[in-house]
Amino acid sequence: MYKLLLCLRYLRTRYIALASIISVTLGVATMIVVNSVMAGFSTEMRERIHGLLADVVIETNSLDGVPDAEEHLALVRQAAGDYIESMTTTVEVYGMLSFQYHGQWITRPVTLIGIDPGEKAKVGPLKDFLQSYRPTIVDGRMTEPAQRSMDVPPGWTLTESAQEYRQWWIERQQMMIHGLGEEDDSLPTPLVPGESVTPPFKGEDPGPPIFDEFPNSNASTDEPGAAQQDDSAVAAPTPADSEPSTPLIADESGPTFAPPQFEPPPFEAEGAPELPDSAGWVGLLDGRLYVGMGLISFPYEDDKGKVQTLMMVKPGDDVKLSTVTSGRPPDTTHFNATVVDVFKSGMSEYDSNLVFCNLEYLQKVRGMVDPSTGVRSITSIQIKLKDETDAKVVVERLQAVFPPGRYSVKTWEQKQGPLLAAVDIESAILNVLLFLIIAVAGFGILAIFYMIVVEKTRDIGILKALGAGSGGIMSIFLSYGLALGIVGSGVGVGIGILFVHYINEIEGFITWITGHKVFDERIYYFPEIPTSINASMVIWVAVGAMTIAVLASILPARRAARLRPVEALRFE
Amino acid sequence: MSQTQTIDPSDVGNRSAVQSVVNKQETVKMPKGQISTVALEKSYFKGQHKIPVLRGVEVAVNEGEFVSIVGQSGSGKSTLLHLIGLLDTPDVGEILMNGDRIDDLPEKSRDQLRNHVFGFIFQFYHLLPELSLLENVMSPLMIRHSLWSFWKQRRAMREQACEIIAKVGLGHRMKHKPSELSGGEMQRAAIARALITKPTVLLADEPTGNLDSDTGGEIMDLLASLNEHDRLTIVMVTHDDSIARQAHRIVRLKEGRIEAVDRAA
Repeated sequence: MYKLLLCLRYLRTRYIALASIISVTLGVATMIVVNSVMAGFSTEMRERIHGLLADVVIETNSLDGVPDAEEHLALVRQAAGDYIESMTTTVEVYGMLSFQYHGQWITRPVTLIGIDPGEKAKVGPLKDFLQSYRPTIVDGRMTEPAQRSMDVPPGWTLTESAQEYRQWWIERQQMMIHGLGEEDDSLPTPLVPGESVTPPFKGEDPGPPIFDEFPNSNASTDEPGAAQQDDSAVAAPTPADSEPSTPLIADESGPTFAPPQFEPPPFEAEGAPELPDSAGWVGLLDGRLYVGMGLISFPYEDDKGKVQTLMMVKPGDDVKLSTVTSGRPPDTTHFNATVVDVFKSGMSEYDSNLVFCNLEYLQKVRGMVDPSTGVRSITSIQIKLKDETDAKVVVERLQAVFPPGRYSVKTWEQKQGPLLAAVDIESAILNVLLFLIIAVAGFGILAIFYMIVVEKTRDIGILKALGAGSGGIMSIFLSYGLALGIVGSGVGVGIGILFVHYINEIEGFITWITGHKVFDERIYYFPEIPTSINASMVIWVAVGAMTIAVLASILPARRAARLRPVEALRFE
Repeated sequence: MSQTQTIDPSDVGNRSAVQSVVNKQETVKMPKGQISTVALEKSYFKGQHKIPVLRGVEVAVNEGEFVSIVGQSGSGKSTLLHLIGLLDTPDVGEILMNGDRIDDLPEKSRDQLRNHVFGFIFQFYHLLPELSLLENVMSPLMIRHSLWSFWKQRRAMREQACEIIAKVGLGHRMKHKPSELSGGEMQRAAIARALITKPTVLLADEPTGNLDSDTGGEIMDLLASLNEHDRLTIVMVTHDDSIARQAHRIVRLKEGRIEAVDRAA
């Protein structure tokens, strides 16, 4: 009983000891903040990676792929059908994306993935990454609702505003060609992209169209130069340039391509009556793309220091793609395609590399359709499992079916192994370092406890004279250490959690004071610092800190316990 | 077996049997000293030098007796008191209580004896500065009882403590911290703390050494009345002859040996 009483009294009266646990407090708080932020980053990142990759991916080693998707799917089903929720076949190939911006051709290396969006959406959250499903958010407030509702399956059609935009620039272009053609018949029509640009750049610097403000025709008509210049060349009818050579009017390309529900609505109804020949132009090309945000935009700081994203290509624009065919030997090929949507996963590695294309068209362009049988080749199968944790089993089973010489079967984690491992190691090392800080705090406790034991020598003697045993004296100091640990780590946990909770406010405050952005969204791709507080992590840190406090008090406590009462009382 | 008062040879090795015989004899016959020491020797080391403090001290204190030990500084009187109170262990010799040897008991039993049998009063009061007067007085009971049993009996113990505090005349100072008390009050509190365990032996180390003569006189009166009314055995160390004379007997120590044993009053 006296142990508890004295321990509590010491806690209340020895402020120097409280000073010694400030370091414990700070250590605990730092550990919680660091772990939460790292966990936030890592969870966010994993979510994004996982979202783009499926649970298990089977890939062919050759870009040519293997024929007969159906046969492969059947094999997979046979091998591990019980575990599988859904599958989709894709074609992955490298390529180049070219588009025109401000009179310049911009070319980017890309990974071109042919997908069936409906199927792809079943193996991963594709919709979450497509911009048309996302509301426009400015300064944390929704300024515009999402253009598509989440109930609509993703497809290859344009949103209304993108259609309007496409129609608008095509009309402008038509008008331009028409008008110029009347004035000067020598002007070459049709236009070939990359060659001359009509009309000539007027020298006025067009305000860059800012992302999230899809220009409606009214807003953009005052900058015709830019819009036309950017787009006209790409979309110009270029039969020689395009393969297959009939992509101009998508609606004519037959039922093999876009499924009926994805057919763009006819534009004649909306088309301007004074431009009768615009109807054909408004139709989409056969190639339809979801383009990674990072490929077609760049962030910049506006006058107010806010980071904005400038879109060089918008949904509704046409771009050019070059890739290789699956022939032997592979040959280059290129085609034009309409950007249907922009996707942003938040993983810059993906957002500045991936272009999703409609699978059938890509297969056709790359010559992956057997001309005689119509059997299509694929390069990979993405599999979503009913239970993610079965991934290892499924991989083992599939590896038995698909020989490693031709295929590689991997879980998404294995595919991103080095990155995830790096993050884990980083966080482990940080934890070790921070825990060392708390251990250093332990030595502070040890020193101060020694002082307290010396100071309390007389009291220890009295207690012993009154019949307290060595064990009792020892437990006073041990429980004192524990109490300090509890207080220290308790306060630390509180501070840590508060810090994590208000981390973005704190970041804003530091930015305001220093005038220097601490967390630059241009670098990190996150609008704010992601955090995730893991209860078990908090408990571990707190228990660890308490253990260190108790451990540090063992030596002084033993010293106190070993004091002989007479020696203790002789301090007079 | 002990009633036969003869020692069975088979029981020679059995000390408790021997001692129970001794006890029986003692209570029945002459009042042998309740506390006695046999050839106590104790020395301390100061660096390399061995400094003998006690060189064979034999004292016997009877039940209900008030004995004072006087001597010069360094004569070993405090050490003797500490040895009797089991705060220290002798190098040579024994300490007997009712004939049982107590100085070689295991640590736990010594702690128990200190808590149950002995009450200590020190020159510098030695109250715990963090605790209030009431808590200080109750501290031996807190040490004796576990948290749970203390909690169950806390009211009874509190009453008991209040009673004793009232008895030493500090009823109005219950909640005060030692630093808010005068020297005399602190010594009274220390006495109250020593009494709360209902000890049989009170060991006082210069109880008046730090007090003026009036206050010291009051403390001595208190001790005398405790001895008289409660039949408390008191062993008091002092260097003041006038204080020592209030006891029944005076043991004079000089350089670690008994110089004289005087009858006081």
